Amino acid sequence: MNTTLKFAAAIVATATFANAAELTGKVTLKGTPPPAKPIPQVKADANCGKTHPTDVMTRTYVVSADGGLANTVVYIKGGLEGKTFPVPAEKPLIDQVGCMYEPYVSAVMAGQTFQVRNSDAFMHNVNATPKVNKGFNFAQATAGQVNDKMFDKPELGAKFACNVHPWMIAYVSVLENPFFAVTDKDGKFAIKGDLPDGKYTVEAFHQKAGTVTGEVQVKGGKATLDLSLEVKQ
Amino acid sequence: MPAPDRSDRWLQRFAALTALCTLGLVCMGGLVTSKGVGMAVPDWPTSYGYNMFALPVSTWFTGGVFHEHTHRLWASTVGVLVVVLTRWLGGSASRRPLALIGAGEIVAGWVLLKLGADWKGAGYFLSGIGGVVLLGGVVWVKNGSAVRPLPLLGWLAFAAVQFQGLLGGLRVVLDKQMVADLPLGTVFGLVHACLGQMFLALLCVIALSLTVSWRRLAPTLDKARVGALRWMLPTATALVFLQLVLGASMRHQHAGLAIHDFPLAYGQVWPGTDPASVERYNNRRVEEVPVTAAQIRLQMFHRLGAVAAVAMVFASWVVAKNRLGWGSPVTRWASVWTALLGVQAALGAFTIWSDKAADIATAHVAVGAISLVTGVCSTLVARRVSVFPVVSSAKPRDPSAAFAFADPSAR
Repeated sequence: MNTTLKFAAAIVATATFANAAELTGKVTLKGTPPPAKPIPQVKADANCGKTHPTDVMTRTYVVSADGGLANTVVYIKGGLEGKTFPVPAEKPLIDQVGCMYEPYVSAVMAGQTFQVRNSDAFMHNVNATPKVNKGFNFAQATAGQVNDKMFDKPELGAKFACNVHPWMIAYVSVLENPFFAVTDKDGKFAIKGDLPDGKYTVEAFHQKAGTVTGEVQVKGGKATLDLSLEVKQ
Repeated sequence: MPAPDRSDRWLQRFAALTALCTLGLVCMGGLVTSKGVGMAVPDWPTSYGYNMFALPVSTWFTGGVFHEHTHRLWASTVGVLVVVLTRWLGGSASRRPLALIGAGEIVAGWVLLKLGADWKGAGYFLSGIGGVVLLGGVVWVKNGSAVRPLPLLGWLAFAAVQFQGLLGGLRVVLDKQMVADLPLGTVFGLVHACLGQMFLALLCVIALSLTVSWRRLAPTLDKARVGALRWMLPTATALVFLQLVLGASMRHQHAGLAIHDFPLAYGQVWPGTDPASVERYNNRRVEEVPVTAAQIRLQMFHRLGAVAAVAMVFASWVVAKNRLGWGSPVTRWASVWTALLGVQAALGAFTIWSDKAADIATAHVAVGAISLVTGVCSTLVARRVSVFPVVSSAKPRDPSAAFAFADPSAR
């Protein structure tokens, strides 16, 4: 194969990948969740208090006016059995800024490298306590310090905490395939990627509200699915 | 009874100082757990890679590092005090064993240094301990040993403080190792907390045994005179210790409060712990980490244990008052103990009502530790109380003597 043909093949392959599917939708919450609590320790801390003039609240349930539930991991749970997918080269970032983890909830594929950064001018420690994967605890003493980390086994909601500032927590879900997303502040999600047409089981996982599954048929690379979680009384 | 010489008095004061510092250390450890900052310094025996005594002040005074690192430094100070106490109690005869142990620890530390970078911190730490112990051994001051079994108790404290330090370190370095779904760090943290309370009680027993008033009590046990106190006081002490173990078990799971209301529990006298009930409780909680049925039962047993401990201590006080009179040191110790248990029960309630505020939860730990010490001392004092006559009225036969003896306020 000459160089021109190789180049053409590469273009076609890239175009195929770029013309990937998109599964969109919204996760809503039914019921009234317990109200968020203020975290007074943030303002009381000499360093962190400067970045938060008002009370910082817990982020257990972040719900929009129309019931959209943020911080929910939505992923393809069934329909891809026996298939393997390359691990994304992109390195998602878990940042520590203003004595809070941002994002609060994130997701990576098993084997995908992610980065943990300290954007504050003072020290944090990153204490990951997953149940399935191997945990770690290391210090990030200086502003801008970035460390690459990776989990190699699927697991939902691995907890990250800073013990220097013990209210700082975050959750990272590790998934088997690259087809996942985390809902935004309105509860919306968009799973993008090279998802073949077919019927899939989609699961939404919220750290507190639990899980809900739904079925979706992807046709022509497009599909929508709305899911609803419930606050049980 | 001859008056104690000056060195005895200084030894007594030093033992009291060591016990007081250890109480402070227990409180600091309680604060570390209450604030959830035990892993704020991820390495041990180094702190952020530094020799722990050389950690920059700016790092030390950052958030939870302050509590954890201060706990480590405080523990080192207590370690040195205990080495000195061991040497003082053991007299000149303790020089050789101290020197041998110290030299052995220095050699062991040196061997660890040769094993590689991973062992460097531990090697320096062990060598440092060995240096202090060796120094205790080469101190040439000639002094006789304290009366038996005080030298032995000193050696017990010596072993306990080093083991306790090791447990504290292992709690950090083995935090990520799992055993039966439990982080080893949690297990070591729990043992560390309980041993800390026992260690404090041991030092207080040493300090008590050195007091003038203790020496005036005859070491005999007149079963007829102490009556049921013979078993009531140790039973109450055991109940208090069991409470400390249950409390430490709850605290070291770092799961937040398993039950948020008191005196009821989830609005009930005894909450259901079936899966449906537990799911319902979790739905009401803001915390993301779900509470388990076992954690709910644990807090309920802690509440029941509190009732049992308060009842037993109160009953002991009643029996002491009736059998021995107000002037008896046993009655006075039991009075203090009863008051402490009342404060402790109130602090337990406030711990729940305040949503486990760190300062209140730590005060609960501190008063719990003092309660255990009071129980142990009450039990020991009761074993020497037969010098007192059985009284038929509240007034002792010789009030001046009775009040001078081993009562808490005379220490």
